Amino acid sequence: MSDAVVITETKTLPFSFTLPVVAAAGAFFGLFVGTAQGSTLLGIVGGAVICAALAYVALAMAGVDQERTFKWAVIALFIVAGFVVGRIAGAVVGGLFGWFLGWFIYWIGRGRYRMFLPPYLTSGQVLWHYTFRVICGAVFVFLITPILVVMPLSFNAENFFTFTPEMLSFDPEGYSLKHYRDFFTSADWQQALRNSVLIAPVATLLAVSFGTLAAIGLSSEHVPFRQAIMAILISPMIVPLIISAAGMYFFYSRIGLQGTYLGVVLAHAALGIPFVIITVTATLVGFDRSLTRASANLGANPVTTFMRVQMPLILPGVISGGLFAFITSFDEVVVVIFVGSANQQTLPWQMFTGLREQISPTILAVATILVCISIALLTTVELLRRRSERLRGMSPG
Amino acid sequence: MSRLSSSGPQTADAPTPEDAFHETAALSDRDREPRHGAAADGPMLAADGTPLKKSLARALRAQKLRALALIAPLLIFVLVTFIAPIADMLFRSIENQIVQDTLPRTTAVVQDWNPDTGEPPSEAVYEALYRDLFLAAEARRHTRLGQRLNYEETGMSSLFRGTGRDVDDFGEANVETLEDLDDRWEEAAFWVELTSGEGGEGVVDAARERYMRLADLSSRSPLGDVWCAVKGVFAETCDVAPEDVDLGFSLSGTFAETFPRTAEAYAEFAVFMALEEGETVADDEPWEAVYVALDQDLRALSPEELAAYDGPNADALRAAQEALAEVPPVDFRAAFLNSDEDWADIDNWRTIQTYSPPYTTGYFLNAVDMQKTPEGPALRDADERIYGLLFQRTMFMSLVITFSCILLGYPVAWILANLPMRQANLLLILVLLPFWTSLLVRTSAWKVMLQQQGVINDVLVWLGLVADESRLIMINNQFGTIVAMTHILLPFMILPLYSVMQTIPPSYLRAAKSLGATNWTAFWRVYFPQTVPGIGAGSILVFILAIGYYITPEIVGGTTGTFISNRIAYHISSSLNWGLAAALGTILLVVVLVLYWAYDKIVGIDNVKLGG
Repeated sequence: MSDAVVITETKTLPFSFTLPVVAAAGAFFGLFVGTAQGSTLLGIVGGAVICAALAYVALAMAGVDQERTFKWAVIALFIVAGFVVGRIAGAVVGGLFGWFLGWFIYWIGRGRYRMFLPPYLTSGQVLWHYTFRVICGAVFVFLITPILVVMPLSFNAENFFTFTPEMLSFDPEGYSLKHYRDFFTSADWQQALRNSVLIAPVATLLAVSFGTLAAIGLSSEHVPFRQAIMAILISPMIVPLIISAAGMYFFYSRIGLQGTYLGVVLAHAALGIPFVIITVTATLVGFDRSLTRASANLGANPVTTFMRVQMPLILPGVISGGLFAFITSFDEVVVVIFVGSANQQTLPWQMFTGLREQISPTILAVATILVCISIALLTTVELLRRRSERLRGMSPG
Repeated sequence: MSRLSSSGPQTADAPTPEDAFHETAALSDRDREPRHGAAADGPMLAADGTPLKKSLARALRAQKLRALALIAPLLIFVLVTFIAPIADMLFRSIENQIVQDTLPRTTAVVQDWNPDTGEPPSEAVYEALYRDLFLAAEARRHTRLGQRLNYEETGMSSLFRGTGRDVDDFGEANVETLEDLDDRWEEAAFWVELTSGEGGEGVVDAARERYMRLADLSSRSPLGDVWCAVKGVFAETCDVAPEDVDLGFSLSGTFAETFPRTAEAYAEFAVFMALEEGETVADDEPWEAVYVALDQDLRALSPEELAAYDGPNADALRAAQEALAEVPPVDFRAAFLNSDEDWADIDNWRTIQTYSPPYTTGYFLNAVDMQKTPEGPALRDADERIYGLLFQRTMFMSLVITFSCILLGYPVAWILANLPMRQANLLLILVLLPFWTSLLVRTSAWKVMLQQQGVINDVLVWLGLVADESRLIMINNQFGTIVAMTHILLPFMILPLYSVMQTIPPSYLRAAKSLGATNWTAFWRVYFPQTVPGIGAGSILVFILAIGYYITPEIVGGTTGTFISNRIAYHISSSLNWGLAAALGTILLVVVLVLYWAYDKIVGIDNVKLGG
């Protein structure tokens, strides 16, 4: 759609278009303010009138020359108005709305919304274009809001799962690090953290070492029953976790592994293996086999060839497979609940019990820490993927 | 770097041993045709003098072996840690050995009973039940069986538990007669003297095997022997395997022949003492069951037959026979009915008879709301059907979740595929971040958002859209589960859609428009059909993941928003009905595997991509 940047010229549109649009936007926001203050109708009418008036002022008097001054004035106006109505929280919301309104008046009034669109589009198409953007924006908000909401709540000074009035008025009293302190001092949480740190890396190590070897074997052209073997190796990813957990619980209790550290590690390694297989096989698809032949030709034995030639080239794939395996084990709850005993209680398990039984905001502090870990892992995987594609001569993207 | 990448395209053309193999095969075929002066040529030879064909075949075999050797460790690992558990679960869904193991004699004789007569079983069945139940109660295994049968017929659990307490007192009058007659009957040493001898090993071994099955003791496998040998090296001792424990007792063959019931009961007593208590028969007087068995045996013998018995303490036995003739024989049926009238209930006996075989379809019938009846499998009463409803709900909610994912994911994937690379990558992070965030974090976030004092309700109240006292109930119901799971599974829909849409050239849409199509026609007739594979892949992926979900429905689902997996977990950890859990799991597994097979046909499992 926007392959070529078309700049459509902008001009001041007639008031018969601008004023009703801005008034409608004002009425929409006025609706909420009015309802919150007790009079819906007054809110709608007031919002429409104020916004339309501001639009008239902007386009008829201030014009493009004093656009900057006008925008600041509007922001200041709404901050003051917001403060009168709702103290600091109101001032923040008011300021944001003022900023939006200043931009919106010029965006509509000067026809800037058409600037990057092909000039031949009909108004209906333009409207649909922006409606579509708004819909997508809403979905992105849906995707990201729950994760963002958790973070400020974890600094709550009270034991509530929601924003307190003190937090909303940005009172420092309303915030504290006490849930983080809880996390770092509570024996239960520390035990859980220690278990997670003991289980996930060992499971990852097992999955990566077995998985990489097998992926190299699978990438050879002469593997009998390749499809069947692949299906077996991928199956832990396909079978629903509850079924894996049930089967492992039954079987591991038979052979005495249920409730042991070794049992949990083996179970988690099995769950992580498909990820290693998939990422490493994908890396090996682009691997140039004549390199290993050249290395053998030059006198290297198979081990040297593997360590010095093949491994450095597939390393990014191995590491990102390992990260997937790590996060699988680190996040896993269902299997560990069934295969482990109280001594193997991991962080997610502790969170699960916390959510089901005593609801304490310490969970939110842990959640925030985990989100930070995820961001770090995501960045690493992304960087590795790009490096791997650069090594294999593909353009990153 | 650039030198490395420039050699990439050669891969496809590089010769492999296999190519050479085919070429030589073709060459040697040609060799077979008679040719003038070909005798000097012979087959082509490798450097070491072997025929080239053979040498290449060897190289190929070596390659195959090497590949298999690389795969083997992982394959074995996955087979042991993952496939074996799944197989075990499938096995458990039909396994029903507990009834036969706990009541071996009863299940054997109850087969002859015909429930359609409307009469409870014969005295012989009650007698067998007495002997089985006595041993099971001593080993404290009868409650387990009661629990198992309770899944099929309510009330069985308390029936077994209550009678297990009373079973010691059955035939009390006869036991006391024997004990009052002669003090020696209460001495452990007397009994040992009475029964000891040679030749009764068969009876003892049978008793040992019966007890090991009852108490779930498995004999040691060759692997276990190896393990013990290894432990021996480190000067650690292994427990003696149950089949090798010394009983400190040997049964007389003549005694066993003349007094079969007593010998059997006494052998069981000896096994129990050795395996469970670590003692021998010489340490304690026998169980009441042994006295009752002796009473039975003495009644079965005529005084002449007993006179012919010349074992130790024959005089005491003859005296006992005379004394016991004065008291009536033990009426087992009356004793059971006295303990609990339900033992006359045809339905209870029918349940024991129906579930006697070591394998059963009962769990599967249960899992589809059916039960075994005399007329064959039939649906349960309408108010007892829960699993059909639960499967329906799981399917329905998974479909709703899949559909919402398509609805929300399609526009997002479209905009990602059509924005310039830099902006698209930035927005992709917003999709990948939830994907990488811990499931528990996202679930707890939804709990924070949706609860009645939660963020969404607070905002709605603050805006005045909802009154403070009528806050919306969005959690602990289906709505909560659907919203949270849509959010959790949305990336699994967006990523496949995005990768499909990226491959569709934007010029197709422009071409359609320039040929006169409206926006809608161009989208619906040109663009949409090309994205169908992406929708299919994403939908199956989301659906497979959704129907097996456990954690999220458990936390935000309440009672109306739970899935079949929650029921499976409940049966494993709370109701302990493992067989039913395994049957439900098997059904779910079959559904998932069918979907997976469809996914493999549509997308191909090799095309699974992770992280965009």
